Amino acid sequence: MTETAPILEVLDLRTHFFTQDGVTRAVDGVSFSLAPGETLGIVGESGCGKSVTALSILRLLPPKLSRIVGGRVVFEGTDLLTLHEPAMREIRGNRIAMIFQEPMTSLNPVLTIGEQIAEAVRIHQGASRKEALARAVEMLKLVRIPDAERRVGDYPHQFSGGMRQRVMIAMALSCNPKLLLADEPTTALDVTVQKQILRLMLELKERIGSAVILITHDLGVIAETAKRVVVMYAGRVVEQAEVTALFDAPLHPYTRGLMASIPRLKHNRTRRLAEIPGIVPDLRTPIPGCAFAPRCPLATDRCREAAPSLDDHGGGHFAACWEAGRA
Amino acid sequence: MIAYIIRRLLATIPVMLLVAVIVFLLVHLAPGDPASVIAGDNATSDQIAAIRATLGLDRPLWEQFAIWIWRVLQGDLGQSLFWNRGVAELILQRAEPTVSLAITTLIFAVSIAIGLGVLAAWKAGSGIDRSVMGLAVAGFSVPVFVVGYLLVYLFAIELRWLPVQGYRPIAQGFWPWLERLILPSVALGLAYLALIARITRTTMLEILSEDYIRTAQAKGVATRPMLFRHALKNAAVPIVTVVGIGVALLISGVVITETVFNIPGIGRLVVDAITRRDYPIIQGVMLVFSAIYVLVNLAVDLSYTLFDPRVRY
Ligand SMILES: Nc1ncnc2c1ncn2[C@@H]1O[C@H](COP(=O)(O)OP(=O)(O)O)[C@@H](O)[C@H]1O
Ligand code: SF4
Ligand SMILES: [Mg+2]
Repeated sequence: MTETAPILEVLDLRTHFFTQDGVTRAVDGVSFSLAPGETLGIVGESGCGKSVTALSILRLLPPKLSRIVGGRVVFEGTDLLTLHEPAMREIRGNRIAMIFQEPMTSLNPVLTIGEQIAEAVRIHQGASRKEALARAVEMLKLVRIPDAERRVGDYPHQFSGGMRQRVMIAMALSCNPKLLLADEPTTALDVTVQKQILRLMLELKERIGSAVILITHDLGVIAETAKRVVVMYAGRVVEQAEVTALFDAPLHPYTRGLMASIPRLKHNRTRRLAEIPGIVPDLRTPIPGCAFAPRCPLATDRCREAAPSLDDHGGGHFAACWEAGRA
Repeated sequence: MIAYIIRRLLATIPVMLLVAVIVFLLVHLAPGDPASVIAGDNATSDQIAAIRATLGLDRPLWEQFAIWIWRVLQGDLGQSLFWNRGVAELILQRAEPTVSLAITTLIFAVSIAIGLGVLAAWKAGSGIDRSVMGLAVAGFSVPVFVVGYLLVYLFAIELRWLPVQGYRPIAQGFWPWLERLILPSVALGLAYLALIARITRTTMLEILSEDYIRTAQAKGVATRPMLFRHALKNAAVPIVTVVGIGVALLISGVVITETVFNIPGIGRLVVDAITRRDYPIIQGVMLVFSAIYVLVNLAVDLSYTLFDPRVRY
């Protein structure tokens, strides 16, 4: 951890979905913090609340379906959850930007690439249409879109998936955000371009000096990019550590399961070596004990009765497991 | 694009021919005889037969059709049986009130319908949404003449805000022209408005849950540009399609509206023609209305390229 004040502190965040068949505790008491310029990884299987965590930070969740029922999101000293919508809008795309998982659907099909990049610049920097467009061209060059001056007038359907994600990165970084939320930015892309895009994003982040929350379901990606990592399961943080410490000695059985399932690209392009058996629990019914117990090889009666708390097991390595560290 | 337009226009020829056949048959097979109308109540059957012969009505139906369609293909809609005037000339004379009514109705209905539809979608599930949709259902199910008489009673007779009926050419001033078109436009446009509001709401609702809307919000885009710049432009294709299809509602409503509000337009021309069995006028007007409908919908298809860069002809 650095000495400086954190740029973002998420404290006991709880976000629930209210649907016809019950309340889903999608995020159920998540805490973590982030130093300026740091890259924090968030990993976990699909459905464990990673996207909802990121969307809660920017308050972009569907208001009719969901509500942030508790916690604080302190960004540069201000609790974002207390801000009015106009103040929140000044932060979105300006101080905090976001990149989404689906490049094919995340860009507006009827607006040009240039218009879409320029928009944030116009909104937040009061730039004229012309200045903003010049900035868009500059950003396209930065994300290495060839022939940027011409392509700025193209529409999304004229771009490939990888190119669109470059555009998303250009858009997100156009106002030099202090924090970038990257929600599985490469998951939907071809394996061959995944690495390029990730590297580009991290290189530009370094240049701009943004902190990044990199969300992924692939621990392999985290190993190469992040400094610290938060492991999520069923809406909660189950382990949190420096990347090296986590890979050297994972404490939570779930983390160990994720590690076993990292695809070994050298041997096999797509097949996972070992998925964790069982499925993510239904978050609509409160789980009395450890949410991982039904799938955990080490589970005991205690695990099923009482939920373990997230405790420091030394040197800032946190885990929420009664049997933490037992092989 | 040009090739596409030409292909589409060529494709309308068989459609228009079919329309011509149906219109002709409808008009000629309906009971009633123009010759006896012309001859008057006290005419003998010989007199009537003589008139029939001069008008060519004694010839076999297919022959009458062949003569008529041959002229139409040469751009001649024929002569009125009662006035010594060409059908085209009569239609043109009556065009201004009808075109005026069509334009004001279109502007009124489309702008309000889109505003209401967007509002309803944005506030989906709320009281505003339910009242807009309730209004849409009502607007679609109440007949034009009922709305017309209600409007006249309330705004013209009771409140005296607007004239009861009639038409003033625009050459006599904008306001006198407009003030007589307000109530007819509302009466005629209500069903059309309801139709467009509903499609706008449905389409917008779908689009507001698209990923790119969330992207826009993540950029800090405010509600209004989010709705109108990011969402509505994506909703344009289905909306414009319904605007085009709904022109059929306007065409069928214009006859009743012009009657209720005593507007001397093409609708009234055709009503008078029907009571007198003035076949060429009825046929001519119906053909012109059909052609307008076909052309409007061609224009609608072409307009897709303005709204969606992925559409190319
Ligand atoms: N729009 C939604 N409606 C209802 N429930 C949702 C919605 N989005 C997410 N959830 C719930 O929140 C949980 C976490 O979702 P999410 O954060 O998207 O997972 P992930 O970790 O894959 O990003 C899901 O399991 C689901 O139950
Ligand atoms: S608390 Fe028990 S069930 Fe949960 S992960 Fe640890 S050992 Fe497994
Ligand atoms: Mg997700």
